[in-house]
Amino acid sequence: MAFGAFANSGPDLSASAPRRRSYVALILLAPGILYLIATFVAPLGSLVLTSFKEPGGNFEVGEYVYAFRWENYAEALGRFGEIFGRTFLFSLLATIFALIISYPLAYFIGVTLRRFPLWQSLVLILVIAPFFISFLLRTLAWKAIFSDEGPVVSFLQAIGLFGPEQYLNGTAFTVVFGLTYNYIPFMTLPIYASLERLDLRYVEAGGDLYAGPVQRFWRIILPLSLPGVVSGTLLTFIPASGDYVNASKDFLGSTNTVMAGNVINDLFFQSFYPVSAAVSILLMIAILIPVIAYVMKSGSEDLL
Amino acid sequence: MGGSFDESGADLELVGVTKRFPGFTAIENLNLTIPAGSFFALLGPSGCGKTTTLRLVAGLEEPTAGRILIGGKDVTATKPHQRPVNTVFQSYALFPHMTVLANVEFGLKRRGISNAQALAHEALRLVELDHVAGRKPSQLSGGQQQRVALARAVVNRPALLLLDEPLGALDLKLRRQMQLELKAIQSEVGLTFLHVTHDQEEAMTMADTVAVMNKGRIEQMGAPEELYELPRTSFVANFLGQSNLFTGPVVESAADSITVEVAGVGVKVPRERAQRHAGEVTIGVRPEKLTLHTSKPDSVAGLNVLGPGTITDVSFTGVSTQYLVQIPGLPAITVFAQNMAFGPVAEQGAEVWVSWRVEHGFGLADEADPEPRFADDDDTRSIAVQRRQSLEVELDEA
Repeated sequence: MAFGAFANSGPDLSASAPRRRSYVALILLAPGILYLIATFVAPLGSLVLTSFKEPGGNFEVGEYVYAFRWENYAEALGRFGEIFGRTFLFSLLATIFALIISYPLAYFIGVTLRRFPLWQSLVLILVIAPFFISFLLRTLAWKAIFSDEGPVVSFLQAIGLFGPEQYLNGTAFTVVFGLTYNYIPFMTLPIYASLERLDLRYVEAGGDLYAGPVQRFWRIILPLSLPGVVSGTLLTFIPASGDYVNASKDFLGSTNTVMAGNVINDLFFQSFYPVSAAVSILLMIAILIPVIAYVMKSGSEDLL
Repeated sequence: MGGSFDESGADLELVGVTKRFPGFTAIENLNLTIPAGSFFALLGPSGCGKTTTLRLVAGLEEPTAGRILIGGKDVTATKPHQRPVNTVFQSYALFPHMTVLANVEFGLKRRGISNAQALAHEALRLVELDHVAGRKPSQLSGGQQQRVALARAVVNRPALLLLDEPLGALDLKLRRQMQLELKAIQSEVGLTFLHVTHDQEEAMTMADTVAVMNKGRIEQMGAPEELYELPRTSFVANFLGQSNLFTGPVVESAADSITVEVAGVGVKVPRERAQRHAGEVTIGVRPEKLTLHTSKPDSVAGLNVLGPGTITDVSFTGVSTQYLVQIPGLPAITVFAQNMAFGPVAEQGAEVWVSWRVEHGFGLADEADPEPRFADDDDTRSIAVQRRQSLEVELDEA
């Protein structure tokens, strides 16, 4: 399973490899490098160039010329600063909730069900099963469930927790809920891959050395599954920050829950390419800085 | 949590302990008392229940029936972390994400002992590994890891230290060295050691008391010399060293000895060294107690003589030479002769007699098994039974 690749830091082979210049290696790497240049470096360069463009002389919509208009960035930050903050908060909340739900689930599949391989595969399939239905369709289904006449709101109004004019859709709750729901498999699978390999003899040894169940979890099980937790949180946090579906007013959000992804999407379709590009680059930087700090702190530099 | 050590080792007592797994019984009604401060070895072939016994004492398994007492306190219902017991695991189970020092400190910190770091360094000095305190376990050799595992357990001064074949993965030289070190540590810190092993030499060199286990029961228990010189069952006679066993009827029963007819010859065994004194009995003698003669020895009182027979095999093993002697009507007899002179005293095919002093013979409680020496629980049939039963359990649960 591809997720296993994230969970295993593995031995550092580069240190022991002979430092001999090899043309064979270069030739073998060439297709990959060319692919990266064509699909990553070039678009990124183009994005940076676009972010500094200014409107063309004819003042037609969507016409821009190359320039160094850094004001695009000032405009992006000035207009959308609050949205960046919200994006970070929502993604962080979704990551935390997904972790709280996924860890016990992954532990159940990877450790508790170890003796029953059949059940293990079955539950694992259940985790992946939602992928068989379109992501948009599932999010729309939640919109229907949370709708004003839907079961959840009706119930909350019936027990008096909600007033007759209080609704769920379009609130921060539904957006964070949608993000959490949609990214749970990305959190569960890497943690599962880590826990599935957990040698229970270490846990036994911990018990033998006077560690109670809580201490065994914090000092042995969690540290040994940390690579999975780091991969899982990154696989959740990064795409959640760029998500433009859940927070969109067509799905679970409203104008009050706009995230950076929605801004980029809207600006692009309104042909404001330079500001849209500037927001994209700012978002990228805003994600990279905390992610690098997190990975360094968790001691999983191998992931970088 | 008490932040202090136990004053000394404690007695371990197993009362009527039985452990059943789906499909087989690992331990059957085991009663065992290990006095405080002793080095006790449980010796047996794989599958005899010795590791299960250890895991029961550590609390890693729950007994189906019976009680376990440590220092007089019933610990049967307590969890592993509540027992004053530490284990040196067969796999070492050193925490891979911690340094050697953190591994050794682990137990002390969980018990809230204040100067954990100093004590951990002291324990590492005991096993001469303080210089690698900052390394990760994966950076150590197998022998070093074994010593760290030992330090990690000993540092807690447990009332009872359990050793689960901890020397199994080491090469012979290192194993000898570690045996001596373990013994030295045990006498130095005065803990009660319970050592599980399948290596009879290891058990005999290290332990004060050895219990030979077979098929979930203790066959015989005692000091190593006692077990070796006077085995009570054919299993012990063959598992602990080698034995020549003969079965025959008792033809004469005197005040101090019994005479058993073996291949038409009367063989005397001291009465107090025989478990049974009438009917068909199995008697035995250790191969190194036998003397080879190339001519028929004079019959002397106090000497048993068998022969003539033919030497079918001679193998030189360094200190001694091992001869196989075939006497008509008897199983092949093994003789160890010290190489006092150069070369073997008799050639293959030579006609020889064997003799031994009456006081070296012993009589067994059971009969020598014509079957292979020990049938394990892991033969094909019992594995098939286990598989089916565990499958049934799984289906029931599903």
